[in-house]
Amino acid sequence: MEDTGTRSFVERLLQLDRRWIFLGIALAVVVPFLVPGFKMRSGVVSPRTQSIYDTINGLPAQSVVMFAFDYGPASIPEMQPMAVALCKHAMSRDLRVIGVAIHPQGPLLGGQALREAAEEYGKQDGVDYVNLGYKPGGAAAIKGIGTNIYKVFPTDLSGRNSATLAVMQGVRTYDNIDFIVALSSTPAPFSWIAFAHEAYGAKMGVGVTAVMATDFYPYLQTDQIVGLINGLKGAAEYEDLIRHPSYGMLGMSAQSVAHLWIILTVIIGNIAFFMWRARTRG
Amino acid sequence: MKVQVPIAICFIAGMIMLVKFFIPHYWSDRLEEELLNWARIVGAFALVLGISSLLRTHVEKIRRRRRDYGYSFVTLLAFIIACVLGIGWGLDPPSPFDWIFTYVFAPLDATMFSLLAFFVASAAYRTFRARTPEATIMLLTALFVMLGRVPVGDMLAPHGLFVAWAAALGFCIVWAVYPWLRHHTGQAAPYVGLLIIVAPVMVAFSLYLAQSASETTEWLMSVPTIAGKRGIILGVALGSIATSLRIILGIERAHLGGGGGS
Repeated sequence: MEDTGTRSFVERLLQLDRRWIFLGIALAVVVPFLVPGFKMRSGVVSPRTQSIYDTINGLPAQSVVMFAFDYGPASIPEMQPMAVALCKHAMSRDLRVIGVAIHPQGPLLGGQALREAAEEYGKQDGVDYVNLGYKPGGAAAIKGIGTNIYKVFPTDLSGRNSATLAVMQGVRTYDNIDFIVALSSTPAPFSWIAFAHEAYGAKMGVGVTAVMATDFYPYLQTDQIVGLINGLKGAAEYEDLIRHPSYGMLGMSAQSVAHLWIILTVIIGNIAFFMWRARTRG
Repeated sequence: MKVQVPIAICFIAGMIMLVKFFIPHYWSDRLEEELLNWARIVGAFALVLGISSLLRTHVEKIRRRRRDYGYSFVTLLAFIIACVLGIGWGLDPPSPFDWIFTYVFAPLDATMFSLLAFFVASAAYRTFRARTPEATIMLLTALFVMLGRVPVGDMLAPHGLFVAWAAALGFCIVWAVYPWLRHHTGQAAPYVGLLIIVAPVMVAFSLYLAQSASETTEWLMSVPTIAGKRGIILGVALGSIATSLRIILGIERAHLGGGGGS
């Protein structure tokens, strides 16, 4: 009887209703957001994130940085904290910030990040930063900036003539842009590296979702990019570096608990599997 | 003519861009700039084609009253509303389009993507089993990367996690290598001897990496993973060069429509 009871318990465990797993994930994600002050530090800051931070930190005031917002709402949890942290860092250093996108949903999300940072540091649209919006054509648009940015973005997102904006003074090609960070949940950074960096020598960093990060490690090892912000952890690391804990760190807490839950379920699943196999072989 | 003219255009444009790369001159830059303008205009027309295809598909679905045709109504209605609001009031906040994007589209899109976490957790529970030595190595590595990607990993790492992980990994390597050795040498390899060699290596390896879980994860991602990745990248690059040359030289004609390559 006891054996049958144990066996049925193992079988029940192997055929566990997936709604229990869903419930565990839901609690793991939601609870850290509901508990006040539950913001985990990012852990050890990766040298790749540190490198982007150091590059921006080392630029003199009024240098020009370009952020490519090539992601959509699906990747907001990972990408938006990254974009906000970068914008805040650049504006805190009095850099001029140019936002562009070759992803159609990027400009509105990029605009939100730019405005959030600008409000905090009292920066003015058109003077200290600009959102040039979306341009179709992908690699052609990126290459076009190398010859004349105003041919690719004759107006900004609000329809103003981009050449007349104070923030754009002295900016014509990649030669006048001190640092570019391609933020993306798509393969767009490959085009940025191939054309902006390789063809025109632009200095570049990349920020991508965690699932894509390993695709860009080879470019780090060959110094084609100076740094890499890797998913939500990278965003939390950047928030840690600029001492602005926000959604990156909050998300990191939720992700920590969710990862622990998945690890726990995998271990339970394996224990049940080995018990079942030992019994069926026996 | 229908085939020759597009092939000729493709050949000329391809060769110009190829040769231009090696001639950094004012006129070659101007020529490239002009061609890139054309490329962007052609790219914009692709958007028009995409929209017309979307509309045709859904109108047809409604007309024929196909299954779930109600969703097509929603698609068309959303398309019309987004177009009217975007063209009529612009994109800048506080425009109605920005409101819809921020409070309707963005949460819906993020929600759809977030469902992935639930399915991944369920799939991991059901399929991530240590059935073979190779599967066990993958399982241990995956679990470790999961720990290394969150701060909790760094908190747990100093408490013997590395040694336990390395010992388990070492055991799996012996488990995987032993039958292979026995098969290829034709004699029973000294199992204990192998274990004696692997175990100290794994302990030394764990001590070397025992700074933090995130450092180990970085090592896993930047050394063994990249070793495989580089091979894939080189293969893809060579394939891209071959395909580009086939298109420029008119050997590959699938992009012209109506069939595959020659």
